[in-house]
Amino acid sequence: MFAFIARRLVATIPVLLFVAIFVFMLLRLTPGDPAAVIAGDNATSDQVAAIRAKLGLDEPLHTQFFIWSGKALAGDFGESFFFKKTVAELIVQRIEPTAMLALCTLILAVSIAVPLGVLAAARQGGWVDRAIMGFSVLGFSVPVFVVGYLLIYLFAIQWGLLPVQGYRRIAEGFGDFIIRLILPSVTLAVIYIALISRITRASVIETLGEDYIRTARAKGLPGRTVLLRHALRNAAVPIITVIGIGIALLIGGVVVTESVYNIPGVGRLTVDAVLARDFPVIQVVILMFSFVYVLINLVIDIAYSFFDPRIRY
Amino acid sequence: MVKHWKALLASVAMAGAMSLAAPPVAQAQTVRVVMHSDLKILDPIWTTAYIVRNHGYLVWDTLFAMDEKFEVKPQMVDTWKVSDDKLTYTFTLRDGLEWHDGKPVTAEDCIASIKRWGAKDSMGQKLMGVTAEMKAVDAKTFTLTLKEPYGLVLQSLGKPSSNVPFMMPASVAATDPNTQIKPTDVIGSGPFIFRPAEWKPGEKVVYVKNPKYKPRNEPPSGLAGGKVVKVDRVEWIWIADVQTSTNALIAGEIDMIESPGHDLLPVLAKEKSVRLFNANPTGNQFTFRFNVLHKPFDNPKIRHAATVAMSQEPFLQAVVGDAQWYKTCKAMFICGTPLESMAGMDGVLNGDSAKAAALLKEAGYDGTPIVLMQSTDLQVLTNLAPVAKAQLEKAGFKVDMQSMDWQTLVSRRTKKDPLNSGGWSAFLTSWVAADILNPVMAGFFNSACDKAMFGWPCDEQIEKLRDQFAKESDPAKHKAIVEAIQKRWAEYPTHVHLGQWYAPFALSTKLEGNLVAPVTVFWNVTKK
Repeated sequence: MFAFIARRLVATIPVLLFVAIFVFMLLRLTPGDPAAVIAGDNATSDQVAAIRAKLGLDEPLHTQFFIWSGKALAGDFGESFFFKKTVAELIVQRIEPTAMLALCTLILAVSIAVPLGVLAAARQGGWVDRAIMGFSVLGFSVPVFVVGYLLIYLFAIQWGLLPVQGYRRIAEGFGDFIIRLILPSVTLAVIYIALISRITRASVIETLGEDYIRTARAKGLPGRTVLLRHALRNAAVPIITVIGIGIALLIGGVVVTESVYNIPGVGRLTVDAVLARDFPVIQVVILMFSFVYVLINLVIDIAYSFFDPRIRY
Repeated sequence: MVKHWKALLASVAMAGAMSLAAPPVAQAQTVRVVMHSDLKILDPIWTTAYIVRNHGYLVWDTLFAMDEKFEVKPQMVDTWKVSDDKLTYTFTLRDGLEWHDGKPVTAEDCIASIKRWGAKDSMGQKLMGVTAEMKAVDAKTFTLTLKEPYGLVLQSLGKPSSNVPFMMPASVAATDPNTQIKPTDVIGSGPFIFRPAEWKPGEKVVYVKNPKYKPRNEPPSGLAGGKVVKVDRVEWIWIADVQTSTNALIAGEIDMIESPGHDLLPVLAKEKSVRLFNANPTGNQFTFRFNVLHKPFDNPKIRHAATVAMSQEPFLQAVVGDAQWYKTCKAMFICGTPLESMAGMDGVLNGDSAKAAALLKEAGYDGTPIVLMQSTDLQVLTNLAPVAKAQLEKAGFKVDMQSMDWQTLVSRRTKKDPLNSGGWSAFLTSWVAADILNPVMAGFFNSACDKAMFGWPCDEQIEKLRDQFAKESDPAKHKAIVEAIQKRWAEYPTHVHLGQWYAPFALSTKLEGNLVAPVTVFWNVTKK
């Protein structure tokens, strides 16, 4: 197992190197000049050129890449073109809101979607199954921002129960922290619940048709035990896979949700950096996301062996 | 059990009584505002971005400032005099001016600040070009000696918009003008103190009241007069989504939106807890900019035909919609200001496509397409280019409208390349009126060829008139020069104004005292 983990971690190096080169080149070839953005609307061409030189953007592409990668290897990810702050400092400030939003969404989604999926499978063809699957289709079809604005209108504007926007760090008080995460987490969880409950239902229905389930029933085991101990456990591998894939969806959804609820997370940092052509920030954020993706895949692969003893590495 | 209940009730009653009897705890008055942009850069000399200028007005002070009537008044300066030969200006600072770190403001600080600003700002560069020397006489007094008489010394030092000549400590002003100052260097003598530790880019910026600030005795007027701070703290909360900021204002989570979208104004106007306030009666000006380097706009007659083909109302309708928030105005130096004039405007901006078509034929237009850059991500600019395209095509122009985001546009507009290699013919933008109040300030009138702003107009006559304007100090003569410039503009168009528009603040009804000024400021503001 340890050899497997070590091999997989070593394999991330070429992936990250490829991402680094690809993103670096893509950014430089995309139209838009950070110097012009920094200089402001009233700046002259000379002022823009002076700023470009100051940022080293007038150097040849390969020189720029070697300077950046040399520093990155030494742990120096550079300074944002705009904020007089290091990229690492900016990202550290933004990780907590995104991580907490993702975690709350994940907990909420899994704790609702898996029971719903199992219930739908157990009542296959009945009105409960149809209702859950109907909700699932709706959850897939309605865009995240529409759900967000709808929830804000009802819970914040009409009934005044929850705040419209903003984020409080845990250190500023747990009550304030959690109350501001309810609407964003629910908004983001809707699509995720839809996805997981559908897969759970399909997977459990498939498992319920297996011979060993029939045997368990023939032995006289209660229906609930058969469903939860035998069917669900054996249906877990595809469910875990979809949760992992869903985390990719989650990262995409976080960008929209952070904008709608004004949460200063990594998603919004990415959007702001892209719009402003803040190259050092974009490069590091995308590298970080790539690393997180690779890591999640690794965790999922490891998790398989816990749910299915037949899987060995 | 009964005893317990009695004890509980008694303790609750006692706590209630104590809370009623206790003196009220003073709560810090905090104004929470959503500005038009996030504050990413802190140095108002390094960039011309308006959000940085607004930040500058909170932290730093100016020697002179423009009042509501567009007159320049002393601000940090107590007294000043001009020598009989009009070559030497002597400025004496007010007593008791202090930087936020407690050190006194000195004449040396002001000289260093003017030098740094003068290296970057176009009006500052013009002033430095005619300045022989600046010298400190004593701690509070300094002189500025000119090589030749110059009429815009005070107007330059009281320039209201980017780049504003803010006074900084000499150690900070010593920073290379092309290098941004550090967050810890954001030390001013202005009415608010910037809190670097609480600045979270993309989230919020915090300013607290400067308790040592000594406001002038005069009442506030525009950017001049007494800057009396009546709240303890101003927080700029960055909410990128306009719908979210609107919801937050309605829910009472914020107190003000500096620039709510025009499409949301009817929603906000219906809210009882919100009022709309137009703080800037001169507003903004939509502008069409020509690139004179390439065909067809290298021909002034073809540019003139374009000015004849266009009409302001459709542009304003397409973007603003509600007529209470716009005004058609052909004056190149803004309606409602001392230099408002209609000279040279006969026959232009009437949307006369038949006349424009005849002029095009006369000018020998060969059908070269105009590469018109359209910005698609700024709501206030997106609809302008399609209207321009329609009006120009109606007159017989061929228009190749190319859509891109604003940041791509601002970098592409600096390129002089031919049209088939990524060059451009025209784009549309918007100016804050305070930036274009006279022909020296107005960057698009700079016609110094390569040294001009993108578009690079090249006209000796306009440059001579701008120089004359700069040297003159008589308001009547200024007006005459402006009229001559506008007449010359009709023959050699550099850009076209497409109408004045206003962006009111959306304010919580708890907020009062917002000033009428071309820049959003927070002194005089109270919160109920």
